[in-house]
Amino acid sequence: MTMMNNNSISARRRGLFRRRLADRIVRLLSTAALVIAIAGMGWILWNVCARGISVLSWSFLTESTKPWGIPDSGIANAILGTLEITLGAALIGIPPALLGGIYLAEFGRGTRLAGIIRFATNVLMGMPSVVVGLFVYALMVVPLGGFSGVAGSLALAILMIPVVLSTTEEMLRMVPDTLRESALALGCSRTRATLAILCRSARSGLLTGILLAVARVSGETAPLLFTALWSDGWPRDYFTGPTANLPVLITEYSTNSPFAEQHAAGWGAALTVTVMVLLLNIGSRIIFKEKHHVR
Amino acid sequence: MARTMNISDTTVDRTFRIATGAAAVAIPLLLLLFIVQLTWGSLPAWREFGPGFLIGTEWDPVAGRYGALPAIAGTLLTTFLALLFAIPAAFVTALYLADAPPVFGGILSQALDLLAAIPSVIYGMWGLFVLAPIMQETIQPFLSETLGLGRIPFFGVDGDGFGFLTAGIILALMILPYISAVMRNVFLMTPPMLVESARGIGCTRWEAARDIMVRYGARGLLGAIFIGLGRALGETMAVLFVIGNISEVPTSLYSSGTTIAATLANHFAEADGVLRAVLFALGLVLLALSLAVQIFARYYLMLTNSSRGEK
Repeated sequence: MTMMNNNSISARRRGLFRRRLADRIVRLLSTAALVIAIAGMGWILWNVCARGISVLSWSFLTESTKPWGIPDSGIANAILGTLEITLGAALIGIPPALLGGIYLAEFGRGTRLAGIIRFATNVLMGMPSVVVGLFVYALMVVPLGGFSGVAGSLALAILMIPVVLSTTEEMLRMVPDTLRESALALGCSRTRATLAILCRSARSGLLTGILLAVARVSGETAPLLFTALWSDGWPRDYFTGPTANLPVLITEYSTNSPFAEQHAAGWGAALTVTVMVLLLNIGSRIIFKEKHHVR
Repeated sequence: MARTMNISDTTVDRTFRIATGAAAVAIPLLLLLFIVQLTWGSLPAWREFGPGFLIGTEWDPVAGRYGALPAIAGTLLTTFLALLFAIPAAFVTALYLADAPPVFGGILSQALDLLAAIPSVIYGMWGLFVLAPIMQETIQPFLSETLGLGRIPFFGVDGDGFGFLTAGIILALMILPYISAVMRNVFLMTPPMLVESARGIGCTRWEAARDIMVRYGARGLLGAIFIGLGRALGETMAVLFVIGNISEVPTSLYSSGTTIAATLANHFAEADGVLRAVLFALGLVLLALSLAVQIFARYYLMLTNSSRGEK
């Protein structure tokens, strides 16, 4: 009798030991995976910073790119081109995305049509950007007979729309219904209530969505390969000709060039893009956080 | 006066409603237009090669013969490798983040989100200049010779640093933050009462996670995996730099090859006539694959939401 008892106690102890061991092992693995993930990313960022900073200088940021061998080349035309293309994308993409988001949050609640639209938005959000590039290539570049900055803007706008649309819907839904009802009870028209009261109270959320979308597309490369392409000159003919931009510059300089100077310039451009994207991201997070603290 | 204002208000309201509705309806129409446009553009290729295009292995611009198998096989292989590396890592990372003290977990989650924002061309460039040489000099010899894995068929013996394994590693690094962010959200959706009860009857943290959180969010976890799968399928730049870009069916993990996205990016400039139609056909295949993946992802994520009665 006592022997049996002893046996079962030691068996139970062994069980507990094994369970605790499994727990420890999993916790160790979790920590290790997190450390590896963060370290891997840190390694990439470190490479970009270290190699990028060494080429940064005033003339690098203010001179245009030049064919290899000509001194004083920079990346200013690509920076300007990226700004042009991204701004164009924002102008094309943001208004319809805001309107669509307003429709889903204000008029389309619970309807079947809204379900279809939401589904299409989600699918579009997961669409590979290279397919979007191919689509705009067929839609604009082939019929018009040439690459252009505005085609690049259109491709980026298509990538922005689902992001802005779904954040707009989410943010408007977070506005309490009592606010909606009060505005309407005071005699506001639906339009006025939506634009002046609801969008206003959700504006930091809307801004966050827009900034995140801009950040997401400003480093996109694949769609620009099919649309804006690349040019060594200043981005003067945004509507008619290939337009310089940072992501394609990085691709050109690192895969199509045997010269160390151009590889270095590629790292400089990579640092510029990364800083831009991270600043936009962090900025949007800060805006959103401040608003939440006020609440 | 008041009456006229009312009338104009209704007109404005109606216009506003129509404008917002039109913008919203444009989204599904855009999706349809994608399908129509790519199908239309690829018709010459289907007419020329028939369905055999999908399993053809030739890529001969001189003779005008093209087959899609190398690109499709390459896409599937890189995606498989990326998921193989990323899923376990993302799973344990998400567990850690969901379990960590809120402040600490919050900061780490933000960091992971920021890392997901780094443009893919940066990953590609890093892969080309930093990872590929390390793969060639250290990792590939270590795996093949020191560990003796080179004797396994299909693994590969002499690597040049480029190829499917390198592409898979970079893709895994890229999609890890996405998968783990969605998984973390799924874990956090488990009602705290359930987890606390499990801990209360003496479960270890791992047992509570395995038997409660994972069971509870199983479909959401599947959705998270499909989200990562969708990103890996269509990723262009991170792969383009290190895949080697030759149109051959993979023979080992170290061999160079291509993917659908990389083929598109490589050949669009010279595209004319039948090659252009071939590129559209490849784009259509990629679109179909990613549509299927997205539909599964949304379906499973929706199931987790609705089974919880939150919507």
